[in-house]
Amino acid sequence: MALPGVIPLAASATTNLFAAREQMAFTLAFHIVLASLGVALPATILVANYIGLKKNDHDAMELAQRWSKAMAVTFAVGAVTGTVLSFEFGLLWPRFMERFGGAFGIAFGIEGLFFFLEAIFLAIYIYGWKRLPPWAHFWAGVPMFVTGIGGAFSVVAANSWMNQPQGFVLDAAGKVTEVEPVKVLFNPATWYEVPHMILGAYMVTGFLVASIYAVGMLKGRRDRLHRLGLLIPLTIACIATPVQLLVGDTAAREVAHNQPAKFAAMECIQNSGGHQTEYLGGICTASGVKLGIGIPDLDSLLVGFSPDSKVTGLNQIPNDERPPDNTFIHLAFNLMVGIGSALMVLVLWLAYSVFKKRDIPSTPWFLKAVAVSGIGAILALWSGWIVTEVGRQPWIVNGYMKTSEAVTHANGIWGAFIFTLLLYATIGTIAILVLRRMSRRWREGGEGTAEDEPSPYAPEEPGVAV
Amino acid sequence: MSTAAAVILWTGASFYAIFGGADFGGGFWDLIAGDAKKGWEPRMAIQRSLTPVWEANHVWLVFILVVLWTAFPGTFSAIFSTLYVPLILAVLGIVLRGSGFAFRKSIEGLSEQRAAGATFALSSVITPFFMGTVVGAIAVGNVPADGSGAAFSSWLAPTPLFIGAMFVATSAYMAAIFLVGDSRRAGDHAMEIYFEKRALIAGAVAGVFAVVGLIALHSEAHYVYHRLLHQGLPIVIVSAVCGLGALAALLFGNRLLLRPLAALAVIAVIWGWFVAQFPYLLPTTQKFSEAAAPNATLSAVFVVFGIACVLVLPALFLLYFLAQSDFLEHEH
Repeated sequence: MALPGVIPLAASATTNLFAAREQMAFTLAFHIVLASLGVALPATILVANYIGLKKNDHDAMELAQRWSKAMAVTFAVGAVTGTVLSFEFGLLWPRFMERFGGAFGIAFGIEGLFFFLEAIFLAIYIYGWKRLPPWAHFWAGVPMFVTGIGGAFSVVAANSWMNQPQGFVLDAAGKVTEVEPVKVLFNPATWYEVPHMILGAYMVTGFLVASIYAVGMLKGRRDRLHRLGLLIPLTIACIATPVQLLVGDTAAREVAHNQPAKFAAMECIQNSGGHQTEYLGGICTASGVKLGIGIPDLDSLLVGFSPDSKVTGLNQIPNDERPPDNTFIHLAFNLMVGIGSALMVLVLWLAYSVFKKRDIPSTPWFLKAVAVSGIGAILALWSGWIVTEVGRQPWIVNGYMKTSEAVTHANGIWGAFIFTLLLYATIGTIAILVLRRMSRRWREGGEGTAEDEPSPYAPEEPGVAV
Repeated sequence: MSTAAAVILWTGASFYAIFGGADFGGGFWDLIAGDAKKGWEPRMAIQRSLTPVWEANHVWLVFILVVLWTAFPGTFSAIFSTLYVPLILAVLGIVLRGSGFAFRKSIEGLSEQRAAGATFALSSVITPFFMGTVVGAIAVGNVPADGSGAAFSSWLAPTPLFIGAMFVATSAYMAAIFLVGDSRRAGDHAMEIYFEKRALIAGAVAGVFAVVGLIALHSEAHYVYHRLLHQGLPIVIVSAVCGLGALAALLFGNRLLLRPLAALAVIAVIWGWFVAQFPYLLPTTQKFSEAAAPNATLSAVFVVFGIACVLVLPALFLLYFLAQSDFLEHEH
């Protein structure tokens, strides 16, 4: 395995760097799933709510209510795990924030604005089911849809700035002296990273919610509520998926042009030149890909629409600027593209069946495929972020600051990481248990129970209160 | 310009102290409300008032962090490099509190609910305490501009610890004040009396902590102490008068003036702190102007803050209005 980019550092700084990176990766991976739900669940719920009101459809209303109760849990956990990330900026990467907070921090200021509005309207929506007039309640929910997208835009704009930084001037000492906030926000990576993530959020949410109802249908719950619960989110995911394939394809090409080191790691390209083979799977070595399936010229074709298109190889990247863990990045990229393509097949299958016989495919294999699509979409999301973040290494701000320069010198980072692992494992487990129990209660109570279901924070009966 | 950015920071801190503080305080009263049977009524009153608003109130903290790292990146870095111990404990409290509160209802079985509830309540005390130690350590000048302050002795000192305790007491005080009004509106006379009593005690305790903190400040941080009692004196007097006024309003049952006076007393403390360490962000090693990001960044912060005033504040008022006029459900 090619492991270039070994950074000469003092022992303690090296272990701190590793621990801090692992902690950041783990807490981000945990949060990104909840954040995706925060971005895309509102639209999913509002569609069900709209159908319910417009067509006086009780099943759709019931679904909207159930999903909003579930969202109350995921949003609460997402709010605290998001706060952890903002603390980690200072706790793990103080030098990064010190040097560049003034340049790219404003993206988070805008995110804070959207987060504020989302928290406010989410509260009005979740707790307003009973007492607000139905249409007023629906419209109180619409801002959540807008703020979810706005929030995703600002956070991902900050990340795309780390990948393709611009809009600032450094003095001789490396201090940021001038900033152009508009250029920071709309950097060359913004326009493809942002839609890629927002569509990803819609795919994760759509396939995940649909997969829950697919499991229910496989267990024989074939009522209208389950069909609707499957079809509303699945339709949303099916709209997002083909667009995502186009956006993702464009994004890869942009990365090839603007961040050649990352692209070379993604595709395991060792030597620059045309006629590059596209490898599926395999292990990256300095002498090429081992054990992978190679398709001659395809990589050049994908990058520049011609077999002669030149692609930069790692041999042109200085040793200390090459991304580490080449194979890991390559396989993560393959996994993301593979899952995305598989989901596209699922979309086509559904579209064909609906076009032919106005119904979902009757074979249980379709429901089985939907049942695993949610987990698949999450895996693809994680893989995509691994490609983005590990592929940017050894830089924290591409071309300007190495991650090793940014890391804290504090002691006990490993301890904090292990503690965080345990804490998040506990919270994640309880959150899943809580959601499962909610679903079981609804099922046992039948339709109309979600309306009476107290929201997670509502009081308990006498004697049972804590 | 850098002073204006600092004013935005302290404005966020004021909102957080009032609304976030009241949320933490709710957890404090929940913690000491007694066993499941005895504590049922106050706990229900606390949940009723907290439920729809706690997440929005939490966002003020994110606001403060974001403004700090954008407008004063070096200060953010220095604070997090020195005070990582209390900051980790505070964020741990935030995680446990949020998830404990969210899970509490949805968990079945008394013992599990107790565990989730206790987690919520205990972390409601831990979080403001450690935040207070952070503020105290900054105010006494234990966070140098280069972030090389001691990991423990910087905050394990009399003033930071007293300010931590004062944060807990003030939170409890604000919560009790809000709960008096909420219980009155709900027509729950017993709870109104219950929280009235507690507001009096918490107010008195917070006042005592403030005075003791001031004495500790005298020996630990001369610059801040001196300015607080000179340039800051009018604000200190406003805080004391409002605090006493709020106690009087409690005793004489004046509900109209109670909340504004109590809130003003707390806000005045925050601004007294601002004046006391002016023009230093980190007394006495880093001034606002030295720590500030480039002007274009500060302008962007002002723009975002302006938009927030236009969009977020009305939305926030709408939320509080709906919650206070019982448009949002809090019971089944």
